[in-house]
Amino acid sequence: MATVELTFSALPAHVRTARLVATAIARRTGVAEAILDEVRLAVGEACSRAVEAHRLHCPGEPVRIELRDDAGRFEVTVTDSAPSEEPKPYIVDMDDMSVPDEMAELGVAVIAGLADDVEVQPGPKGMRIRMSWPAAGNGIAAI
Amino acid sequence: MDLKLDHHSEDSLTIVDVEGEIDVYTAPRLRELLIDLVNKGNFHLLVNMEKVDFLDSTGLGVLVGGLKRVRAHDGSLELVCTQERILKIFRITGLTKVFGIYASVDEAKEAHGRDK
Repeated sequence: MATVELTFSALPAHVRTARLVATAIARRTGVAEAILDEVRLAVGEACSRAVEAHRLHCPGEPVRIELRDDAGRFEVTVTDSAPSEEPKPYIVDMDDMSVPDEMAELGVAVIAGLADDVEVQPGPKGMRIRMSWPAAGNGIAAI
Repeated sequence: MDLKLDHHSEDSLTIVDVEGEIDVYTAPRLRELLIDLVNKGNFHLLVNMEKVDFLDSTGLGVLVGGLKRVRAHDGSLELVCTQERILKIFRITGLTKVFGIYASVDEAKEAHGRDK
């Protein structure tokens, strides 16, 4: 099992860096090219949500990502330190446009639609989002 | 890739060309442009997303916000998008039911002309 850990200041500019790192490691781990876009988007959503939560509650604290190659799965865990509650269900009503203003809920809905295995653990000390995708057994050769 | 924004008017329609990545870092610029256009009386917007490489829920939120603003003036905000990876996020969130999504600017202009 190989793990890469990354921490970054809660700044929007760093979310793109986190996406790029996650996509590069997913490719190395053997995640199929066809689903790399899903990895990139889901990791970006989780990091964006964490950055927004930190900016509200604890701007000085870093956001943490763990990227793990574990028994044929590529697993990503994004952990923040901002107090959080269970995400509310996201519902679109086209008649009255009741799309939630809190886009954090939309972000979790997107993650749930992208990763085939997602676990969202809110808590008073922060939220932990773990998601994973299938990967080739021993990844692809390093370039 | 950063975000490039441009816009021009054709009859009563304002076409917003977006190129690059719309995410938590760049979306505020798109939000500011849409608000500015509405404040200046442009209530029928067509956002051309054919050159968008990446769109996340922050970007979706900006588009939804823009749609709410133009609808307050009986206006419209529609999209041009054929890229599967971008369309997928609209489908996941159910927003394909909320936005008019066209395959080309010409197709959108034709539909807009019919609706006038």
